[in-house]
Amino acid sequence: MTEFANPDVLVTTEWIDNHKDDPDVAVIEVDVDAEAYVEGHIPGAVAWSWRTQLCDQVERNIIKKTDLEVLLGYSGITQKTKIVLYGDNNNWFATWAFWQLKLYKHENVYIMDGGRKKWLAEGREVSTDVIVREKTVYYAKDPDFTQRAFLTQVQAAYPLSTTALIDVRSRGEYTGEIIAPPGLPETAQRGGHIPGALNINWRESCNEDGTFKSYDDLKTIFEQHGVTADKHVIIYCRIGERSSHTWFVLKYLLGYPNVRNYDGSWTEWGSLVGAPIEVGE
Amino acid sequence: MTKVENYRLEKKAVNGTAIFITSYKIGTKFYCHIENIDPGATIARAYGETQEAAKQAAIAKALERI
Repeated sequence: MTEFANPDVLVTTEWIDNHKDDPDVAVIEVDVDAEAYVEGHIPGAVAWSWRTQLCDQVERNIIKKTDLEVLLGYSGITQKTKIVLYGDNNNWFATWAFWQLKLYKHENVYIMDGGRKKWLAEGREVSTDVIVREKTVYYAKDPDFTQRAFLTQVQAAYPLSTTALIDVRSRGEYTGEIIAPPGLPETAQRGGHIPGALNINWRESCNEDGTFKSYDDLKTIFEQHGVTADKHVIIYCRIGERSSHTWFVLKYLLGYPNVRNYDGSWTEWGSLVGAPIEVGE
Repeated sequence: MTKVENYRLEKKAVNGTAIFITSYKIGTKFYCHIENIDPGATIARAYGETQEAAKQAAIAKALERI
């Protein structure tokens, strides 16, 4: 079996169990559903809210540099801290947080493979204590947007000869049968997908226990759709979190050099006046 | 601190939608959450004094959404 291109970005549940009291390790839970943390979380883990802390609260954008400095300082993190992220829904928003931390060039950031699901399934210890770590002063670097695609870059990619555009949403969202999954409020004006986008569901990258599939399996999944390492890859979903998951797979597990997350995603494209849309298969 | 007990993952179809029902015990409470298999989003969460009570409460909430 081939090793992941960057195996060090993943840590196991067992590793966390052995390092959860290490002051140089900050374990952060980022859930779709904030109630999950309240039920019980990894002892010592701090919760971050994707709705209020990992985005700009006024304009639609990622977290501002100054707000990131406040969040990380409040979470007891320095540039040297190993940040381990995990969460529900197979690490959707954990990888969203990972993507943003990489944009801001935090070097020591990891994902707990299997996320919250695996931790619970293994019957490990949980705590309901609200964790407050000793505050620090964090100085963030300026963001590097080479891992991010903006609308104009997606539009400029046509006719898609050297770019693979991947829609990682469910089949129903891709075909336009539904605009957003039940219970998720962020939506668009129209259903369908960006013309020429391939539909490779984010879930295809995961095993049933929430862990990532092997390098060989992942390579097969993407290559059978023609998504090879020589392509420029742009990934989108509805608001950018599921696409962060697949961005993580392609960038770090398969080691593709040119992968961007289009976080504007369907809620941007599907609301644009006059933007071309494909519906159906 | 306490350990997670009685973890159970079931796959079912409700109103034609395939769902995962996950239930477990933390401390004295049983918890249940339900996600739709595609796209994999949590659509209901509940707790109860028994595993079955937590499940039924979560299913009732899920039915409002699917």
